[in-house]
Amino acid sequence: MQIVDPQPVIDRNAAAAASLTEVSKLYGSFAALRKVSVAFSVGSSTVILGDNGAGKSTLLRMLAGLISPSRGSVHVFGAEPTEQRRRIAYMSHEAMLYDELSATENLRYFASLQSDGGCGCSCTASPEMALRAVGLDPTLTRPVGQYSQGMRQRASLARVLQTDPELLLLDEPFSNLDVESAHHMVDLLLDFRTWPVQSPLPAQPNSATNPSVTPSIRARTIILTTHQAHLAEPLAESTMTMRAGSIVSIVSAPPPNQATP
Amino acid sequence: MTYFGHVFVHLRKDLQLEWRSRDSINGMLFFALLVVVVFAFAFDPTAATSRQIAGGIVWVALLFAAVTALNQSWTRELRNRVLDAQRMLPSPPSALFLGKALANLLFVALVEAVLTPLFIVFYNLHALGQGWMLAIVMPLGTWALVCNGTFFAALGLRTRNRELLLPLILFPISIPALLGMMQATTAILSGEFEPGPWIRLLIAYNIAFTTACLLLFETVLSAE
Repeated sequence: MQIVDPQPVIDRNAAAAASLTEVSKLYGSFAALRKVSVAFSVGSSTVILGDNGAGKSTLLRMLAGLISPSRGSVHVFGAEPTEQRRRIAYMSHEAMLYDELSATENLRYFASLQSDGGCGCSCTASPEMALRAVGLDPTLTRPVGQYSQGMRQRASLARVLQTDPELLLLDEPFSNLDVESAHHMVDLLLDFRTWPVQSPLPAQPNSATNPSVTPSIRARTIILTTHQAHLAEPLAESTMTMRAGSIVSIVSAPPPNQATP
Repeated sequence: MTYFGHVFVHLRKDLQLEWRSRDSINGMLFFALLVVVVFAFAFDPTAATSRQIAGGIVWVALLFAAVTALNQSWTRELRNRVLDAQRMLPSPPSALFLGKALANLLFVALVEAVLTPLFIVFYNLHALGQGWMLAIVMPLGTWALVCNGTFFAALGLRTRNRELLLPLILFPISIPALLGMMQATTAILSGEFEPGPWIRLLIAYNIAFTTACLLLFETVLSAE
């Protein structure tokens, strides 16, 4: 790992998948975020660390368009997060699934609402495929309410992966998983970044500035918060640490060809 | 998928959830039956008196019963933060509202179907007016209750006292609709006056409030 800059930085060279500029979020007199400025480049994978109340979840929910900033601006792919819902997926530490339905029923429900009018195939992975990918049996008819915490978490991951998002926001995804399941999830996320894209979405404007982004292969961006830094290390191209609503450091891992043998 | 396709998906999901849990219908049915039976024993009305008071009793019973189900229908969305997943969807928010309101309409309609024969027996009722007009008044009145109820239940979703808040907001705002449905029902049962103006009031109320609820729901859903 290599310390790039101990202060918050905005990487203006790479096309930004998401950016926050001078963002503050106030809940009454409590500031959950304080003048945060950061950009996440397209195709990057960032792990956000910090104690409880550091502002990690607030930042992620803001990028997801679930909360708006009190001050400053948030952009995802150059627009308001709420305008980019088809390209963002957000997974919370809670399952975000209906307890009474099975995992397949839950995923089918969300997939059918995700599909657009154009070709009806905005969801590129079928619910069954997504569930198999996370190691769950799609024929399981048991309702999600009867799943173990780990199974719920994996079903929740399948829900977000089936939408084939360009920006994947994961809030404490390992919180209820054993070490083996967490490693499996990390492997899956690493694999996810290289999945072939079948989405009918048009080529993004940033493909002109970023040669790695072509109309046929979209680079996926992952932003993940966790307390278990060791588990997320393989995903941590850069590690951002937050404290009391501010970014205290951003550390980037060296590119693979510069890695110490 | 079309807008109504999305509505249907939400409706099917709500029916599925209720079929598996039966939280709303059981609560509503129990409450509505209790009101009908208690009033029947309390007043022991004659047939003539029944025709005068039945309209009021049936709608008050349904209103109170519906409130229990309306809160329940949104509580499911709060559990496991499913509402956040709903907010992230590109699907129109008003489709979620409409799907849920239609599901609530079906639940209340089912309670009405069970309640009607019991009501006729307990209150010794037969309509002296045009009884077929109840087939117009009942769906209109029920929609007035569930449409506003679903909307205001969503409005109070993030408050701590949402069970208390819903009746506090819903009852005053439903007064014109309640007046319309009670008067129209009494007119049909007693045959003493025309239900037409009250049915027109109900139609106007439903058009105005359904439009407002559909237009404002996105704001309510995205409120922090």
